[in-house]
Amino acid sequence: MKKQGWLLWFIILITLISLLIDLYPSIDWQLGKSRFYRDLEIKKGIDLAGGAHLVFQADMTTVGKEDQDSALKAAAENIQRRVNLFGISEATVQTSQLGENHRLIVELPGVEDVSQAIDLIGQTAQLDFRELKPEASQSPPEVDRAAEATAAVMLADYQPTGLTGKDLTRSQVQFNPNTGQPVVGLRFSDEGAQKFSAITQRNVGKPVAIFLDELPVTIPLVQEAITTGEAIISGEFTPKQAKKLSIQLNAGALPVSIEIIQQRNIGATLGIQSVQKSLQAGLIGLLMVVLFMAAYYGRLGILADMGLVVYGLVTLALYKLIPVTLTLPGVAGFLLSVGMAVDSNILVFERMKEEQRAGKPRKMAMELGFGRAWDSIRDANVCTLITCFILFNPFSWSFLNTSGMVRGFALTLGLGVLLSLFTGVVVTRTILMRTFTKEEKT
Amino acid sequence: MNWMKYKWLFFIISALVLIPGIVSLIIYGLRPAIDFTGGTLLEFQFKQEVEIQTHQEGGQGYKDIREILKEKDFEVSSIQSSGKGAILFRMKPITKEQAAIIKVALAEKFEEIPEEIRFETVGPTLGKELLVKTLAAIALAAGFILAYVGWRFKNAKFGICAILAMLHDSLILLGSFSLMGHFLGVEIDTLFVTAVLTILSLSVHDTVVVYDRIRESQRLLPDVPLEQLADKTITETLPRNVNNSLTIIFMLVALLLLGGVTIKWFVAALLIGTITGTYSSTFTAVPLLVVWEQLKSKKR
Repeated sequence: MKKQGWLLWFIILITLISLLIDLYPSIDWQLGKSRFYRDLEIKKGIDLAGGAHLVFQADMTTVGKEDQDSALKAAAENIQRRVNLFGISEATVQTSQLGENHRLIVELPGVEDVSQAIDLIGQTAQLDFRELKPEASQSPPEVDRAAEATAAVMLADYQPTGLTGKDLTRSQVQFNPNTGQPVVGLRFSDEGAQKFSAITQRNVGKPVAIFLDELPVTIPLVQEAITTGEAIISGEFTPKQAKKLSIQLNAGALPVSIEIIQQRNIGATLGIQSVQKSLQAGLIGLLMVVLFMAAYYGRLGILADMGLVVYGLVTLALYKLIPVTLTLPGVAGFLLSVGMAVDSNILVFERMKEEQRAGKPRKMAMELGFGRAWDSIRDANVCTLITCFILFNPFSWSFLNTSGMVRGFALTLGLGVLLSLFTGVVVTRTILMRTFTKEEKT
Repeated sequence: MNWMKYKWLFFIISALVLIPGIVSLIIYGLRPAIDFTGGTLLEFQFKQEVEIQTHQEGGQGYKDIREILKEKDFEVSSIQSSGKGAILFRMKPITKEQAAIIKVALAEKFEEIPEEIRFETVGPTLGKELLVKTLAAIALAAGFILAYVGWRFKNAKFGICAILAMLHDSLILLGSFSLMGHFLGVEIDTLFVTAVLTILSLSVHDTVVVYDRIRESQRLLPDVPLEQLADKTITETLPRNVNNSLTIIFMLVALLLLGGVTIKWFVAALLIGTITGTYSSTFTAVPLLVVWEQLKSKKR
């Protein structure tokens, strides 16, 4: 009996924690100096939030085989940068490669003017090197990549040098052999090396800015004239910063033109309607299941309904924690899993009825019911879980689909089935035990 | 209850549902969506009610939407009303700029600027690729489920009958979508395939429960013939099967009637599958087993 008491408290605890997570839009704890912040909004896919799903095909004909990966990554990073500047906060950019096809998948939630966004994304990256105009102030700005605000004031002070991304062959993170500090290496083409040599000769001690799409990404100081065509940008980089800078430079060095091949736009009104309709449908469906269970199984059914409430609360909390991006098929998967969640209860209750008919006392019938039904419950759910696994494609195998809608469905259904094993068996059993034991005592 | 007395009736019911679907599959086939073929889907919402077919009212200079678009060199494969004041176009892949031209043309015709609520374009190569991926997913899922059934029953008789029941469900689902495709213009998209795979696993789910019961009874009562055991099992498991499906059906019906338009046919596919899955696990899988046994004893 001790074990049961422990389980009951565990279930109550989980339910309460889930309830808290469900109710609050974010966690923001201040513990001394460390602050713990976690956003708890439910993420909505573009079919619910409105927005655009775009797939671009990258043209790799101008890029050498060994550089294709870096080129694609650089293009993705550059698009991310552009959409962030455009003010789209939750945009995601993914790369995908299938055989000879290199693709970029861009999701822009809440975007109304998609044509403008596509124009913005579709441009090929433009990288060029600029020097200070002769008349500009002689005090160079501090060597600081992140100081874009101060740099913006100075933007007008820079003039093009004629050295562009075309002259840059490749950028790479290297490590300073003496200090072990990460630095960013640049390698120029022959023509580029000559231009660069001339630029550095006349700018020793002065800054040379590197602009990507008309905005500076870094403004290093020229320490000495560089004639070899191999330059190094050093600074207080963390390895991550160095990598980011090198990817940004590669966007200019390995420019790929991209072409849109798939597009899905959902208007915001359609999204809002879908959310409202799904909520309504879900609540009505849930109510019918709850009433049915109570009407058919009486008191047992009400206990199962309590299990279902726990199921709902925990699922919602999980969606917020993981976080699951909800799409319409995802909602359908969740509702389907609610319908399936009471399945284990029904299996057990039917077994219990049989055992009671066979003359077993109630409590024993319950134990037998749970025991015998468990094998069926477990086996029956294995197939659904396997199918969810294939549909979700967690390792992003390229021979399987990675469509967001299908994944959304598989994820909510799979999570639902796993959770319902817990609520349908452990939770209901514990609540049942508790009520039976209490009744026997009185 | 003496269920097995009616086993031929159960087969006839299955056949009545199966045959029209199979015939339709052979004659009409399935109607693939732009996911698989490539193409553009464009939907506009007007505040007023709009008439798509205006042939009968059309006097001099009065043009049909299709004609207007034809003049502008758009090859439209279908125009459909998709709700109050909403028009859905399907056509060869077009760009966003071309979609804007259509919007202007419609605004001129109906004297109201419509809201573009959906624009989907899939390039033709992407469609072919998705088809291959989808077939891979089906093969993989079916393979896993078959392997599971084989391992689970370690007995050809149970395994094959379970698979036949599963085949029964998927054929009914495909057949009904072939019919709906022909008469209602319903298309087969990625979500439909997802529904089929889900239904396969749900169908096996129910059959496993029923067969487990038969095998348990076989162990407890080794001398009772299979036909009687089958009757006993059906009586015991029917309430569970029906109740479980009812709860799923409640959720799906609510979603079908009240839920979003874009997943309407996905939910419909799940609903059809749930109903046939419940029917087949009891009234196809079990009678099949009994018939198998009878055939075997006749041979002896």
